[in-house]
Amino acid sequence: MRTSIIRKSAGDLRLPPNLDAAAAANFTWSQARAELQGLPGGGINIAHEALDRHANGLRATHVALRHLDRRGHRRDITYAELTRSANKFANTLRALGVRKGERVFLLCARIPELYIAALGALKAGAVVSPLFSAFGPEPIKTRLALGDARVLVTTTSLYQRKVAAIRDAVPALRHVLVVPDAPTATVPSGTVDFGEALACAADVFATEPTTEDDMALLHFTSGTTGTPKGAVHVHGAVVTHFATGRYALDLHPEDIYWCTADPGWVTGTSYGIIAPLLHGVTSIIDEADFDAERWYRILQDEAVSVWYTAPTAIRMLMKAGVEMARGYRFPQLRFIASVGEPLNPEAVWWGKDALGLPIHDNWWQTETGGIMIGNTPAMDIKPGSMGRPLPGVEAGIVRKTADGRLEVIETPDTEGELALRKGWPSMFRGYLGQDERYRTCFDGDWYLTGDLAKRDADGYFWFVGRSDDVIKSAGHLIGPFEVESALMEHPAVAEAGVIGKPDPMSGEVVKAFVSLRAGFEASDALRLELLGHARKRLGAAVAPKEIAFLPSLPRTRSGKIMRRLLKARELGLPEGDTSMLEGS
Amino acid sequence: MDPAEVRTTIAQVLATIAPEVDLETLDARAPLRDQVDLDSMDFLNLIVGLHERLQIDIPESDYARLVSLDDLVAYLAAKAAR
Repeated sequence: MRTSIIRKSAGDLRLPPNLDAAAAANFTWSQARAELQGLPGGGINIAHEALDRHANGLRATHVALRHLDRRGHRRDITYAELTRSANKFANTLRALGVRKGERVFLLCARIPELYIAALGALKAGAVVSPLFSAFGPEPIKTRLALGDARVLVTTTSLYQRKVAAIRDAVPALRHVLVVPDAPTATVPSGTVDFGEALACAADVFATEPTTEDDMALLHFTSGTTGTPKGAVHVHGAVVTHFATGRYALDLHPEDIYWCTADPGWVTGTSYGIIAPLLHGVTSIIDEADFDAERWYRILQDEAVSVWYTAPTAIRMLMKAGVEMARGYRFPQLRFIASVGEPLNPEAVWWGKDALGLPIHDNWWQTETGGIMIGNTPAMDIKPGSMGRPLPGVEAGIVRKTADGRLEVIETPDTEGELALRKGWPSMFRGYLGQDERYRTCFDGDWYLTGDLAKRDADGYFWFVGRSDDVIKSAGHLIGPFEVESALMEHPAVAEAGVIGKPDPMSGEVVKAFVSLRAGFEASDALRLELLGHARKRLGAAVAPKEIAFLPSLPRTRSGKIMRRLLKARELGLPEGDTSMLEGS
Repeated sequence: MDPAEVRTTIAQVLATIAPEVDLETLDARAPLRDQVDLDSMDFLNLIVGLHERLQIDIPESDYARLVSLDDLVAYLAAKAAR
C-alpha cells in the first residue's frame, strides 16, 4: 500500500547505519575534521585525504576506481596506482610551470584520465574546474575566460569539436593536454599528449601544503542574469565531503559505490570523485551514456551496494518498465539516493517495486559544496520530501519583512526561502571576481539558497520552486540569459526570452520564445535554423529543445523581458499582476 | 524498405531535433553520439520520431544496439522488411 510515509525498521537495514541517534547528537565539524589525516606539516588537501591516506595504509591494493568503457571492458585502478598516476600529473603541472591557485579545467568523458587529472591538480595546489562535455563551444569559452584557465585537459575529439575554434579567444590558456580517442592517434597541433607527458613524469610527489582556506575547486553555475558564476570551494570542504559520504550516503568500507553524475557538475565531483575515495571504497565509473539495460546490468554484475543517481535517470528507467528491472537481481544493493531536482513520490515508490528499496532524495547546490538535507538510511521517508538537515547543518525557512529584515518562519508548512546557517566547511567562499553577487547571497548569518520550500511539523523539508528564473533540466542549472544571448547573435532574432517548460522526464526543458527583426518571416525552416544555431554554440545540454515565434515579447516598463509571464502563458496559468507590463 | 530510404528518414527526423548535424560528414560506423552532440533526450526524441515515421516498434531493450548510424539503418531496415 502506498502510504504517505515509508516506515523503516531495523530489518530494512543490511548494515548498521552510520547515522543513528548517538552519532547525530555527538556530531561536530571539528570532530569530523579530526578523523582526517591532514598534511604532514599541517594544513589539509583534498587529494591527500582521498589518495595518500589510503595508498600509504591498509587500502593500498584496494580497488579505488573500476572503469567500464563503452564496450563494457573493465579496468581496475587501486588506491596505490591512482596515487602514483595523480603524482605524475602533479609533476607534469609543475614541469609546465603551473603554480598554486592557477586553474586546471577538465573537459572529458568519464575516463580514468579525468580522475587522475583532478586529483593530481589538487595535489599540486592547482584549482580544478570541471566542464560538462555536452557543453558547446560558447559555454566552454565563457567559463575558460571567467575562470582564467591556465591548463585544459580534454580528449582529441572534444578538442577538435569544441575547443580548437575558440582557443584564440582564451589567450591565458597556455597548455592543453589531450587524451587521444585511439591509443595510436597523434594529438592536434598546439596540444600535448596526456599519456606521453605523464610517462616522462616521476610518480612521487610532495603534496602542496594547502590550507583549509586555499581554493581547490571552481564550479560554474547559472543565475537568472549575466554571466555564469564560478563558485569557489576550498580544501577545507573535504570535511563536508567526508561527513556527508558517511552520513548521507552511508558509505561503509566494503561498499561498491556508483555515482552516475558526470564530473562536469558538482555532484560528479563531490560525490563521483572525492567522497568515495575519502572512504576508501570502490567507485564505479561508467563511460557510456544512459541505457536502461546497461544500467541494470552494471548494478547487478558489479554488485553495487550504494547507488547515487538522479530523478531524470530514474524516470527513464521507469519508462523502460518494471519488467526490465525484474530480469536482474540486486542482492547487494542496500541504499539508493537521488539528487538534482525533487524526486516525485511515484519514483520513490518505484524504487521499492523495481529494485526492492525506496529511493532517498536529498538536497544541495553547487554553492553548498555537499549534501545539506537528506533522507538517510535509518529515517522514515516521506515520499516527495527532500528529508531533514544533516548533522552540523542548520536549515531554516525565511522571509523578508516589510522593513527589510530577515525573519525565520517557525510555523510549519509555511512557504518561504530555504536558508542555511553559515559555518559548514564546504560553503562556497565566493563567486570568482563577482564579490557583489556573492554578498547578496547572504543576510546576516544566513545563506539564502534561492529555493522556495516549506518545513513540516516533523522537520522534513519540501521543495516548492525557484525564487528566480533559473531553469533546472535533468538536474542541471541553465541560465536563461546565456541561452538568450546565443539566440540574439542570429541576425533574424530581435529579442529572445527563455523559460523552463515542465517536462515529465527531465523536470524542465529549455524553451525559447523569439521575435524576429523586420524582413524576416517566421517559418519552420527558420525555426530549425535557429535551433541549429543555438545547438552549435551552446551544445545539446544548454540549447533550447523548443523554439516558438512571437510578434513581440512582454517586457516590464524598465525593459526586462518577463520570463514569468511567458511561462504562465505556456502553462495556461493566470498571468498574475501585469501592471508592470509595457503598454498595459 | 531499402537502407537508402531508411537513411533518408533518419536524416529527416534528425534534422528536426539537431538541425546542425550533417549526416554526410559522419563516419557511419563510429558511435553516433561521439560525433554529434545528442543528449539523452535528443536520442529519445530521435527514436520516438523514427517510430512515428516508420511505424516500427523500437523497444527500450534494443537501444543499446543502436550505436552507430549503420547500426540504426540496419536495425530499422531489417524490422521494416518483416
